[in-house]
Amino acid sequence: MKVKHIYEIAKSLLLARSRQSLVAAIGVTFSVAFFISLLGFMEGLNSLLDGLVLNRTPHVRLYTEIRPSDFQPIDLSKTYQKQHNFISSVKPTNARKDIYNALAIISTLKADTRVIGVAPKVTAQVFYNLGNIELNGVINGIDVLQEAILFNFKDYVIGGDFKDLINRSNSIILGIGVAEKMLAKKGDIITVTTLNGGQFSLKVVGFYQSGIAELDKVHSFVSLSTGQKLLGESSNFISDIQIKVKDMSQAPAMANEYRRVFGIDAEDIQTANAQFETGSRARSIISYAVGITLLIVAGFGIYNILNMMIYEKLDTIAILKATGFAGSDVKIIFIVISLSIGIGGALAGALLGFIFSLIIDAIPFNSAALPTVTTYPVNYGLQYYSIAMLFAVVTTYFAGWFPAKKASSVDPVEIIRGK
Amino acid sequence: MENKPSLVATGIYKSFYDPAKVDILKGISFSINRGEFCSITGKSGCGKSTLLYILSTMDTDYKGELFIDSELMTNKSEKELAFVRNEKIGFVFQFHYLLNEFSVLKNVMLPGFKSSKHTEEELEHKAYELLKKLGIEKLSSKMAYQVSGGEKQRVAIARSMINDPVILMCDEPTGNLDSKNTEIVFEIFKELVHAFNKTILVVTHDENFSKKTHRIITMRDGSIM
Repeated sequence: MKVKHIYEIAKSLLLARSRQSLVAAIGVTFSVAFFISLLGFMEGLNSLLDGLVLNRTPHVRLYTEIRPSDFQPIDLSKTYQKQHNFISSVKPTNARKDIYNALAIISTLKADTRVIGVAPKVTAQVFYNLGNIELNGVINGIDVLQEAILFNFKDYVIGGDFKDLINRSNSIILGIGVAEKMLAKKGDIITVTTLNGGQFSLKVVGFYQSGIAELDKVHSFVSLSTGQKLLGESSNFISDIQIKVKDMSQAPAMANEYRRVFGIDAEDIQTANAQFETGSRARSIISYAVGITLLIVAGFGIYNILNMMIYEKLDTIAILKATGFAGSDVKIIFIVISLSIGIGGALAGALLGFIFSLIIDAIPFNSAALPTVTTYPVNYGLQYYSIAMLFAVVTTYFAGWFPAKKASSVDPVEIIRGK
Repeated sequence: MENKPSLVATGIYKSFYDPAKVDILKGISFSINRGEFCSITGKSGCGKSTLLYILSTMDTDYKGELFIDSELMTNKSEKELAFVRNEKIGFVFQFHYLLNEFSVLKNVMLPGFKSSKHTEEELEHKAYELLKKLGIEKLSSKMAYQVSGGEKQRVAIARSMINDPVILMCDEPTGNLDSKNTEIVFEIFKELVHAFNKTILVVTHDENFSKKTHRIITMRDGSIM
């Protein structure tokens, strides 16, 4: 039997109950549209919230931990190997705070194909001088350009240009919390005192707002060289190496590898921020569950309408069977009806879902925590469209399958003799 | 060719078991040759319609053997029987069973869609020729619900002929028609037998109609008299 004729018969039956068919298709349309917009919105929010921390967190961080030595000299002595020793009040030695041979490590990492980029950093404990009050603070000396590329530094800089950190010497981007306390404006000169007593005057070129108030009250940013100057160290003093890798799931393994190869401490993002993934996953599962429930409900709509259609079109089924259409032909006809409702509804739904997403995307959303975000975030990922449409088609197939099976087993004799 | 039987039934038994066992057909055996115009008559409830549906292969719940065009039908699968109905049997019922959503021409072509023996154009041409023979070619582009009762029955006859069946089976084909249309339908059947050497089997209780056929099989209480 030719496909064309199956379509022709299916179409005529569909049009015979055009209003109900339309209602069923609209059911599919709305569930697909809501599925897409709901998941797009949820994923948009997820990545925004995760991005709050994850975007500016290095995937692997190399540093030198200050801690007591794992072995005491006596542990290494062969003579006392089999004996117990008790040493109390073990203290860390005055070890170096920077990474040994940092520049060589950086060039090695840059050559590693798994690595997107490397950003060195120094951290200086300081006091912000505010009249005769001193505020605790941390000044990060950063490689400004790398930081902007890898960790979206510029998204968090307000009221100034982050490039001024490089273009002007002795400039500082002040944490917004600190700035509020100091009543500092752009262009002001502030004074900081370092731990070893030195005083520095720095020009404010902008403000840093991370969205995490505790951070903004303490942290400020200067260029790497200014940072090294604050610490009174040379240009190869680097206390942190931040690495962004291509595949984030590889981060723990790579952290282990670097720990072994370079003989320093390494921390990966999964260990540092384990809670974020859990939250995102739970939110995703909930949205998928809601979306799929919508689609199943739409499937019941189709099931209902096809059942009605079969009762109304028993004559047609009977004559088709009498004139030589096998049960399987009848079944295919009804599945085609169901699938065309499903596919038509799904296509319209994808379009409507896109429109919904655009609408959500246009709703203003201002949050002090997120300086760069002005509207609700939406993820336009193609995967939501394909999952929604695939699931819609599968649901309608099954919604059509049961009525179609019923139609295929209609006994024409019963119908014809009943007339 | 003339003597080759179109249909042979041997020892057809059928019983209904609900609520109690009732024997509705009690060993029916007969054969119809090619080119015969045959009618089955009998009182209401004598089993003539039940017999027709068994002969039509739509009812498979019986004992005995049925041959159509010298081919054994008994115990064939649903799919095979559907194929046989499509190829070899044409049906005309009391009710026309036209699809309202299709035009008259499409309705006639419908059984041809299944067989796929002809291209769409050939099928269309054939359907139009059939309508022409039945004098209703003017209706071909009308929708099925727009034509009158007598015309509908003629369209149904054209539909039954589209696949060049060996045998035409009719269940009270004139039951819903007035005497004028009954006359027209009878003339059409006669023409089909004469001109195309078709075999026609009509179940009817219209004695005027059956009297004019070549052969009358009268049934009573599930047996042929």
